[in-house]
Amino acid sequence: MTVALFEATGLAKRFGDQVVLEDITLSFEESKLSGIMGPNGAGKTTCFNVLTGLHRPDRGRVRFAGEDITGLAPRAIARKGISRSFQIMNLFNDYSALDNVLVATPRVRGRGFDCWRDLGADGAAQEAAAQVLARVGLAGKEQAKARSLSYGERRALEIGVALAAQPRMLFLDEPTAGLGAEGTARLAELVAELKRQLTIVIIEHDMQFLFRLADKVSVIHWGQVIAEGTPEELQQNEWVRRSNLGALAT
Amino acid sequence: MRILAWSAFGTYILLGSSRLDKHALVRDAVVMQSNPGRAARLPLPMVITLVVLLSTPLWLSGVGLYQYLALEIMIWMLFALGYNLLLGYTGLPSFGHGAFFGIGAYAFGLLQQRLWANLWFDLLGAMLAAALLGALVAAFISHRRGIYYALLTIAFGQVFWFLSIKWHGLTGGEDGLLGIKRLPADFGFARFDLGSNEALFYFCLAVFAAALVCLWRLVHSPFGRILSAIRQNETRAAFVGYNVWLYKFLAFVVSAAVAGLAGGMFAMAQQSAYPNVMSLHASGFVVMMVLVGGGMVSFWGPVIGTTIFILSRDLLGAYTEAWLLWYGLIFMVLVLFKPEGVAGIWQGWRARRPASRVAVLPAQQRQG
Repeated sequence: MTVALFEATGLAKRFGDQVVLEDITLSFEESKLSGIMGPNGAGKTTCFNVLTGLHRPDRGRVRFAGEDITGLAPRAIARKGISRSFQIMNLFNDYSALDNVLVATPRVRGRGFDCWRDLGADGAAQEAAAQVLARVGLAGKEQAKARSLSYGERRALEIGVALAAQPRMLFLDEPTAGLGAEGTARLAELVAELKRQLTIVIIEHDMQFLFRLADKVSVIHWGQVIAEGTPEELQQNEWVRRSNLGALAT
Repeated sequence: MRILAWSAFGTYILLGSSRLDKHALVRDAVVMQSNPGRAARLPLPMVITLVVLLSTPLWLSGVGLYQYLALEIMIWMLFALGYNLLLGYTGLPSFGHGAFFGIGAYAFGLLQQRLWANLWFDLLGAMLAAALLGALVAAFISHRRGIYYALLTIAFGQVFWFLSIKWHGLTGGEDGLLGIKRLPADFGFARFDLGSNEALFYFCLAVFAAALVCLWRLVHSPFGRILSAIRQNETRAAFVGYNVWLYKFLAFVVSAAVAGLAGGMFAMAQQSAYPNVMSLHASGFVVMMVLVGGGMVSFWGPVIGTTIFILSRDLLGAYTEAWLLWYGLIFMVLVLFKPEGVAGIWQGWRARRPASRVAVLPAQQRQG
């Protein structure tokens, strides 16, 4: 039995009188790709937000690499090596693609209070950022403003910014949302490649995409994990079949 | 004094020009803040600003103006440049920034009258006083943004303004703090009397130039670039691993310190400190300067805006008491139709010009 890199136990979260997360227990193993699926409003994104520090859980613990990170601020969690992308794109719109990635690199983060040296003259930092862009398929777009990129390119940049921090663990929130078949295929390639170096967790609606890549999938419904297993196991799962989620994947 | 200043500037230009990169000059003139690659060490707008200011003693009286006006413009420019670090770069609307300008002015006067009449000590003290009180305010507001941030800055600004009026024992109340001296600049080996407007102008120009270089470097440094990233997307900046609160806090403190420095020089220029500069409408002036000039799209916006503002005050003011009405109308038209201000108009014009060298440069960037 491998030890999980990231564990969440008994997470609960409510907003006002609306209970969004009832009781979520999840564990993600190192260098595996885990998927989270579930119908709209099931609490998937809220779950991500709790795991990455945007919301503090009302109950439950989150552990990463043996350390309790429950309730830490996003920046603290980020600095421990957890990166995330967003479903609704969150970019530095006035910055070029290169600069978006640049400010996210550990090199720049490490000297964020330097008020004197020109960041534009830091060749090594620029080079590192350009490599990240190339990795997500944005080579040649370095100087294009984030806001002027196409939708698919912005999706890729979203992942690029998350990757730039050289994380141990990557959370992707619906990376295929709004992408066409071609874009999704390209993204699948990228994720398959990233999977070899990173621990990845993906929220995804596209079951074909998820079942092809994931080692393990958790199904969230009504704020609870209602099923869990390998893609093959899940397709046999009565609950998943009945809720019509599994059917989409076959 | 004048010869000294000219020769110092000449040396600066000569040393600097060897490093002038022609491409960077063009790019900078166009984009003002170039994104691709490095920032120019000696950007063209900086050279123009300093040369024009330095040459004012030669021609200003010839066109019917007076030296004190250039001094005042320069001091407000410094204030506006520091303010734009907050508004234009970090995207934090402070509408009570006049308070820190005033605090600098009072601190300069009080320090020289009660503690030690030394120019360096008092100017530094003006800066520190503004920075410290700025830190106090920033500690209360840095978790906010947008309208709540703006309202809190107004509230704090009013507190300081009220104190300056009511705390007679310290500030002299509504009469202001009078008899502030233009202390001599003592360099150890030489000592310059700053009594005349011209001498004070040269001294302030030196301070201004140093501050200008520092601010220019700051906005291109990692710190400045992160401030700009925070303006664009605070959430993402936090998830990338930055302590957004601390950056917003520091941006406020630095900008208050610059305001304090400008305020200290203003106290020397005016030979007094008044509650007036701390009032809400004086705080509004600096906002208008920055927006009209185009501080949202260019580092040089505040420089342009301050010049326009003070000149219209003097030139329009010569014709009508209600100059601010006319200025206000210009301001409204500009904000309605070209919120990027004069610098934005300039950038747009350069970008539209076909077949110019601009076209072959990398994609135009707008960078906070």
